[in-house]
Amino acid sequence: MSIKILVCITHVPDTTSKISFTDSDTKFDKNGVQYIIGPYDDYALARAVEIKESGGASITVLNVGLAETEPTIRKALAIGADEAIRVNAEPVDSFFVATQIAEVAKEGNYDMILMGRESIDFNSGVVHGMVGEMLGLPSFSPVMKLELNGEEVSMTREIEGGKDHLKAKLPIVAGCQEPIAEWRIPNMRGIMTARTKPLNVKEPVSVEQHVKTEKFELPPPKGQCKLVDPEHPEELIKLLQNEAKVL
Amino acid sequence: MTMEDSLQVHKKLARQDLFESEDFYGLDELLTEEHKMIRAAIRDFVKREISPYIEDWCQNSVFPEEIVGKFGEMGVFGPQIPAEYGGGGMDYISYGLIMQEIERGDSGMRSTASVQSSLVMYPIYKFGTEGQRKKYLPKLASGKWLGCFGLTEPDYGSNPSGMLTHFKDMGDHYLLNGSKMWISNAPEADIAVVWAKDENRRIHGLIIERGMEGFSTPETKNKWSLRASSTGELVFDNVKVPKDNLLLNKSGLGAPMMCLDSARYGISWGAVGAAMDCFFQAKKYSQERIQFEKPIGSFQLIQKKLAEMLTEITKAQLLCWRLGNLMNEGKATTAQISLAKRNNVEMALNIAREARQIHGGNGITGEFSIMRHMMNLESVITYEGTHDIHLLILGKEITGISAFS
Ligand SMILES: Cc1cc2nc3c(=O)[nH]c(=O)nc-3n(C[C@H](O)[C@H](O)[C@H](O)COP(=O)(O)OP(=O)(O)OC[C@H]3O[C@@H](n4cnc5c(N)ncnc54)[C@H](O)[C@@H]3O)c2cc1C
Repeated sequence: MSIKILVCITHVPDTTSKISFTDSDTKFDKNGVQYIIGPYDDYALARAVEIKESGGASITVLNVGLAETEPTIRKALAIGADEAIRVNAEPVDSFFVATQIAEVAKEGNYDMILMGRESIDFNSGVVHGMVGEMLGLPSFSPVMKLELNGEEVSMTREIEGGKDHLKAKLPIVAGCQEPIAEWRIPNMRGIMTARTKPLNVKEPVSVEQHVKTEKFELPPPKGQCKLVDPEHPEELIKLLQNEAKVL
Repeated sequence: MTMEDSLQVHKKLARQDLFESEDFYGLDELLTEEHKMIRAAIRDFVKREISPYIEDWCQNSVFPEEIVGKFGEMGVFGPQIPAEYGGGGMDYISYGLIMQEIERGDSGMRSTASVQSSLVMYPIYKFGTEGQRKKYLPKLASGKWLGCFGLTEPDYGSNPSGMLTHFKDMGDHYLLNGSKMWISNAPEADIAVVWAKDENRRIHGLIIERGMEGFSTPETKNKWSLRASSTGELVFDNVKVPKDNLLLNKSGLGAPMMCLDSARYGISWGAVGAAMDCFFQAKKYSQERIQFEKPIGSFQLIQKKLAEMLTEITKAQLLCWRLGNLMNEGKATTAQISLAKRNNVEMALNIAREARQIHGGNGITGEFSIMRHMMNLESVITYEGTHDIHLLILGKEITGISAFS
């Protein structure tokens, strides 16, 4: 059976990027920043490619973003997606993004909509839930294992203090995380064939903006690290009481 | 934290491959998005499949056989060969970037890849028949087979035209005799592209397959350089070679020299990779290592070393980029390639030596990649034309007079 998978990817700063802001601290400064596929999305994509390789599936990759995200989308095509859709808009907030994804999903009739459990720029972690709600589909997150058996999906979800084993019927929405698959490095053949795979650009549907950014702040710089001799734990207690004042 | 623990932490930090490349002149703007994706992919591959193990492979002098299949899967064999034969169908900048990233990890690993791509697949593609292309190239591209290139002989290194290895036409086959030395990949290779003289003393290429009677590949042991790449001899004792295995479309010394041009081009990029790795570590170490209550990077003598390293790396990057474009246009000359190979390998070796000094005692251990790069580069500066032979190539270009003999 060949199924249709939609993988939603974010285009986010590399984890080693130096973060700063512009426009009176209301906007992220994109200058000189390297972008990558969101690491959790990368796992979702890798799982989709595994499913494609083992049982057959067609993979559409979707990103809500401006033209600058196309290199990231091409990488997803190089890794193994068959075609791509870019919704031509700045992804202003989760509701906006979820609405655009739901719009695309309605037209495409996908059996599975996979994405990362959260992006690593704003880390809201709610898009999968919203998309499920908008489409009237069950949504699961964070999914760390996903097996397909005909129409049935078995999943393992990480929950506080344990694991949750679930089964659901297609179609579903899932927010993924490791170790759902081994992340993929595109090979040279993949990169060369990505050139000719379709990347369709769609205009966004209009959405009322629900969130307005007042201000971003960086966390305070890290303080000096103190090493405590494991033979003398009482020293640690003293420091926590007197210096850190957290006890 | 005990002293022992802190040493363990120190070691772990040193081994983690956090490499980021230097782009002081914004050369990335001259690359396409595809080039950058290729570079990033190979870098990720090296960090995942090579960096965590390379130190052990080198210390124990083992060639990791499994890397051949992984290289094949990744597509680093024959990037410049058309896709219909299993190659990548990529341009020369892509080829260069692939070599740069692999050699950033280790020159021995890059040697394995260069030999396969430029010295085995290239001559079969360029000088072989359609049947030979179809028979060998896809298997070499996928890493099912490993190949080697036999030009150098025990008594003929810089002067390959004097080679003794020869073959005789026996009617329904050729009879090959002689031996080759210093052959990368030889002990592991499934096939060898061997250069030998016919009865008229003209040099031809022959494809020799493992298993042919009278053909053996003893390993060269105890190298202090390229320890994760296997090197050996090729010995031909009355080897019967089918006539189909002769490379028909070019003969004479020019044929192996064309292969060397392609490989030397890749080495010019590879050397930049090794240099960038040394520079990256030296820069990091100079900011972390405290002496006289200051990071050593605050001393002018260290800053001079770092400034000179960055200068030389930047110049070498520009050379590579321009040469890559000349290669793409089919205009690069042997002398231009010699200049880049010679300049860049010497640059990398000097940087490795300086970076080693910046690391003090730590620099001689396997906890850092620097001494390994330094030892590797001693081979790189010797093979594919020694450092001095490239001067003679340039000297001939300048004066029109050959100083070889
Ligand atoms: C690790 C390793 C892997 C190798 N892999 C391969 C391979 O896969 N295939 C292959 O065919 N070969 C390979 N080689 C061989 C390599 O190409 C030769 O070692 C190289 O060409 C030099 O030859 P030689 O060692 O015989 O040195 P020689 O030619 O004896 O040179 C010795 C010295 O004399 C100098 N010299 C020689 N002639 C002149 C001259 N006319 N004027 C001034 N100086 C001169 C040289 O520059 C050098 O400094 C490899 C070598 C090494 C070390």
